[in-house]
This record gives sequence, C-alpha cells and structure tokens, in this order.
Amino acid sequence: MNSTSPSATLTPAVESDSRPTVLEILHSWVVTVDHKKLGLMYISYGLLFFVVAGLEACLMRFQLAFPNNTLVSPQVFNQLFTLHGTTMVFLVGMPILFGFANYLVPLMIGARDLAFPRLNAFGFWLSAFGGILLYFSLIGGMGMTGAGSAPDVGWFAYSPLTAKAFSRGHSTDYWTLGILVGGFGSIATAANLVTTILCMRCRGMTLGRMPLLVWLNLVMCGMVLMVISPLTAAQIMLLLDRFLGSHFFDTQAGGSAVLWQHFFWIFGHPEVYVLILPGFAFASEIIPVFSRKAIFGYPVMVGATVAIAFVSFGVWAHHMFTVGMTSVGNTFFAISTMLVGVPTGIKIFNWIGTMWGGKIRLATPMLFCIAFLFQFLIAGLTGIMLAIVPFDWQLSDSYFVVAHFHFVLVGGLLFTIFGAIYYWFPKATGRLMSEGLGKWHFWLFVIGFHITFDTMHIPGLLGMPRRIYTYDAGRGWDLWNLICTVGVVFQGAGVLCFVANVLRSLVKGTPAGNDPWDAWTLEWATTSPPPEYNFAEAPVVRSRRPLWDLKHPSDPDWHYE
Amino acid sequence: MNAASTPVPPVPETWNLPAKGRVGMACLILAESAIFIIFVVAYVFYLGKDTSGPMPRQVLELPILNSICLLASSATITFAVRALERGAVGAFAAGWAATVALGGYFLFGTALEWKRLIQVHGLTLQTNLFGTTFYSLVGLHACHVIVGLVMLLIVLALTLLGRVRREHAWRTDVLALYWHFVDAIWIVVFTVVYIIGR
Repeated sequence: MNSTSPSATLTPAVESDSRPTVLEILHSWVVTVDHKKLGLMYISYGLLFFVVAGLEACLMRFQLAFPNNTLVSPQVFNQLFTLHGTTMVFLVGMPILFGFANYLVPLMIGARDLAFPRLNAFGFWLSAFGGILLYFSLIGGMGMTGAGSAPDVGWFAYSPLTAKAFSRGHSTDYWTLGILVGGFGSIATAANLVTTILCMRCRGMTLGRMPLLVWLNLVMCGMVLMVISPLTAAQIMLLLDRFLGSHFFDTQAGGSAVLWQHFFWIFGHPEVYVLILPGFAFASEIIPVFSRKAIFGYPVMVGATVAIAFVSFGVWAHHMFTVGMTSVGNTFFAISTMLVGVPTGIKIFNWIGTMWGGKIRLATPMLFCIAFLFQFLIAGLTGIMLAIVPFDWQLSDSYFVVAHFHFVLVGGLLFTIFGAIYYWFPKATGRLMSEGLGKWHFWLFVIGFHITFDTMHIPGLLGMPRRIYTYDAGRGWDLWNLICTVGVVFQGAGVLCFVANVLRSLVKGTPAGNDPWDAWTLEWATTSPPPEYNFAEAPVVRSRRPLWDLKHPSDPDWHYE
Repeated sequence: MNAASTPVPPVPETWNLPAKGRVGMACLILAESAIFIIFVVAYVFYLGKDTSGPMPRQVLELPILNSICLLASSATITFAVRALERGAVGAFAAGWAATVALGGYFLFGTALEWKRLIQVHGLTLQTNLFGTTFYSLVGLHACHVIVGLVMLLIVLALTLLGRVRREHAWRTDVLALYWHFVDAIWIVVFTVVYIIGR
C-alpha cells in the first residue's frame, strides 16, 4: 500500500485506484452480518443445492424410464433418493425460505437489520457447514480408510436401518451430524426472526398492519422452534446409539423402532407446513399486487395460518397408518389430517377472492402463483385421500404418495419460490428479469411438471412401490414411467431458461427502479438494491399498505381498515 | 367517502416493543423445551420395558440436597439481578457467586450419584433401557447446567474485574431467565425420574 495523506483517508477512495480485489469482495461476503447479504447467500446456497438435488432426481428418473434398466446400481439408487430427499428439504427448502425471510422481513417491517445480526451469520454458516458435512460423506463416508459412500437410509432413516449393524461405515453419521448442525442453524435463525418481528417493527407497524409475508414467517419460525427440536433430540439419541452403544432404537434390548418413526414425524409433518407457509407468504404478497387489489380477508388469512400451525402438530402419525395403530389412533389422526384442509381451503378461497374482480396482470410472478393455486388444491385433495386410513393402507409407500408430496413441494412450494424470485429479483439486484425467458421458464416448467407428476399417480394406483431401483416389464407400469421421465426433460429445460434468465438479467437486465411492480409494502419504498442501512429515516406506518397511502394521499387505506 | 376531510390518524407517541434479549431467550427456551419433552417422552415410554436390571427402584436415591441447592440458586440469581438493577454491584457479586457455588454443588452431587451408579451398581448408558434413558435425560440437563455455569462464571469474572455496572442489569436478567429455565427443567426431571419413575 502506498502511503496515504490524512485527508485522503477521510474522503472516499478514488474509484479507479481502489476497486476491491476478488479476495476483498469474497472477504466482505464471508464476514458480513448484513441481513440482505446473508439472505442472498442463503438463497444462492439453496439454489446451488437445488441444482445438485435436481440432477439426482434426473438420474433416478432416467433409471426408471425403462423396465430392468441398469443405468445405476441398486446401492447408488438408494443413495440417490436419500440424498435427493435430504438435500431438497434441508439444504434447498429451508435455506431458500430463510433467505427470503432474512432479506424481506426487516425491509417489510421498516427495520435496519435482524435483532441479532451476528447470530444471523452464525446460523447461516452452521447451515452451510451442515450441508457440506452431508456431501462430504461422498468422499469420507467410510472414514479415511475406505472408499466414500453416501448415506442410503432414506430421508426419514427408519430404524433399524440406521443401527450400527445395518449401516456400516460413517455415511449415516454424516447424515445425522449434517442435519443436527443444520438444525441448530435453523433454530438460531428462527429465534432471530421471531425476535426481529416482535421487537423491531417501525413506528405504527402494529401486528394487525404487518404484511402477510411477515405474519406467515412469524408463524413459520415459531413452528421451527418447536419442530426442529424433536428432530435434534432424535438425532442425538441416534448418535448415542451409534457411538456410545445406548439402546434407544435397539429392539434387541427392548428398544422401539416405532419410537423413531414417532419422533421423526413429529418433526416431519409440521416441517411440511414450515416449508409451505413461506410459499403461502409469497402468494399472499404477489397475488394482490398483480390483481391490483388489497388482500381479501386479511384477519382470516392470519387466523387460518395460526390454525394450520396448531393443527399440524397433531397429525404426524398419518405417516404411520401402516405401522399398525389402534383404531382410536387411526381415527384421531385421520380426522385431524382432514381438519387441516379447512384453514387451507379458506386461504385458497381468499386468494381467489383477491383476484376476483381485480385487474389481473399476467406477469411471470403472477403466472407462477396462479399455477400454484391449482396445483396446491390438487395436492390437498390427494392429501385428504391419503388421510382415509384404508386408502392409505392400500397406497402407502407407493408412487401415489410420491406424486402427492411432489405436488405439495414442487407444485406448491417451488412454484411460489420461482414466483418470489421473479418478483423480488429487481429489488435485490436493481434489474428486472426478462419476461420473455420468464414465460419460457414458466410454460416449460408447468408442462413438464404436469407430465411428470400427474402421470406419477397412476403407477402408484397400479401398485408400484416407491424406492425400487427397477421393475419388470409387463406390469402395466412401463408407459407411465416413461412419460414421467419425459416430463423431466421439460422441467430441466425450464430450469435452464431460469438459470439463463438469472445470469443474463444480472448483467443486462432492464434497470428496475425502486418500485417496478407498483407495489404497496415498505421494501419498495427504498432503493434497489437497498442501502446497507435500508431506510435513511425510520418509516412510519398508518395502514397495511404504507406505500399505497404515500402514492394516494387523497384516498389512503386507513379509511377502510 | 369523505376522504379529504378525514385527518391523518396519529401515530402513537410512545412506541414500546418487547425487549430483544428476553424475547430471544424465550425463543431458545421454547426450542430447548421441545428437546427435553422428547427425552422425557423416551424416558416414560421405556419405563419398565427393560429386559434386564438394574431397575430405577433398586438403585435411585432421592437427590434432595442437590435439588434444594439448584432451586435455591434461582432465588440467589434473582436477588443478584435485583441488586444490580439498584446499582448495588457488591450485593450483585455476592448473589452471583452464591449462584455459581450452588450450581457447582449440584453438578458435584450429580457426579457423585453417577459414580455410585457406575461403580456400585454397574449401571451405564449401555446396560439397559433404564441406563440409556436415565443418563441421557439427566445428562442433557447436566449439560445445560454446565453451559449455564460457564456463562455465569464469565459474568462473575467480569464482575470481579469491575466491568459489570448497573446498565448491564438487563443482560444479567436474560442470563437469569436461562438459569430459571434450567431449574424448571430440573423440577420436571426430578418428578419424572425420581418420583413417578421410582
């Protein structure tokens, strides 16, 4: 460094001389505690693993395209579905949703950062480390002495598959530790977000005026605190069993394999709502803006969200009907599961009510949300079907179930995530994404999705079990499997359009301005991208749509609320 | 709508939101409670399902003195925090040190109990389901006591160095919240393990 005069240190450095080097930029991202940078890191990290887990899914679909196919071995197939499931839930879904919450919640409530910025960075790096641990098993799964192997116990890792005797080497340990460490990160970030929402709202932002996205993330984070912890406890027990020789899930010493199933699904089912509530949150922000109407039934939407969260804690054993429970247990869990349909139905009607009579703009974010409405409805209907115990006895662990939960997580969640990326990309980067490529992305993906997953119900109904690496010809499954795989090609092409769109728009996208969608929540009041401090002056809020009030001083919202 | 004549609704002059520290700690307590619930459920679920001894009735003794010490430490920490809120740093240091001593004695008592169980009765984590669930549940609680003690000791060291002043009272209050939680969990563990389970 050449010597600088005292005056030079006070004035901003000259642009041409001191452009940050790559190392400096990297360093600034690694040490950052800024909620926007961490949010973008969460989302990028999630999208990276989305591509990885997507490729795993492609491999499985190509293997299953034809009967008696030998593209991958049975062992590799087991590893593929284990990694695909674990990655999509823990390394794609959670990070992307936490990323959006990180980025948007402080902006929407008029705060400058999360309540505990350093804890936020800690949470991110724990999650990132958890993901790396899981994939490190590929090279370190057998310890340092042997060839690597990925975990192959399925994403819910039923006991006794995970016992030391049946799962040799360390692949299962990497799975356990990866989820455990990532879980601590999730708990830290959820606690941070709850505290932020409760303690950092700007003046006038009462709970009843918070944007629905913030409400839904508050409920989601509250759920994370109560939902991830049972999984953490169960993983600790599994580690004790595997390393210290305890007997939690050891049936020979009187332990119970079914207890693991209970503990896992006490986490696993509410987790579905942890994942889908932020999806609802995106839809609840995007649909009003592109229908040019305020959300229909705001208080009911909040109430329905809380109701979903409440009921979701009492439905876990519907994953276990085939284990053999008492008829009282079966009845309870069947009824509670169907009960979730009520608040969810209310939400769907409210979104339709928002669109009803609105001046709908069919931009890409809105297209994804409209598709979400239809697909999530179908996902809910097959969910109700599976809640009927005898029906579940017939179809549990079949491709019907696989089709059902992919309708929830792809048709429901992933579509809203894509919508959210198109919607908030201009805020985060200052540039709009291309509508043309966006339309290609949407139509290719929606067509591919329906070719794959509508069809996938049928081999399930015909008795095809999940997790088989191949099947004999002539069972009536051949054609359906081939069609499923053909759909994957369309989905892959759609995702390629998306990747191209993101990369192209980062460089050459049309400058977006502060408020490209003419929206109403506070994040659009600041610049795109927002400055590090978000708002030069803390905003003051008088209604649920503060920006509407600003734009229409003669007809502000507070007259109607 | 007679919009133009409607005055702008006033924004509240005072805008009080809950304190960050307490809400953050409450979130942690919520998550920790869920972890403990699972371990308690495992303990209760496996009660009496052992295929071999020893059984809880044969080997467990009521840790009365231990429990009194831990519960008393909740009182001393409350006394300490109240003192710091008044600015009485000396009283704070005394109350805080007493809390550390009482918590330390609890850990020592647990260590003695485990030593007796291992050496006299041969009960380890591997012996049977009782050993598995007992050591993991009581051990999980003891881990929380250890973490609490480490944090208490850091504050005590800072106090002795003269770095803790009245304006830090809210921080010690957040830490006290955690300590109360550890005590409350002990009441649950005591009831389940030593009263119901015996």
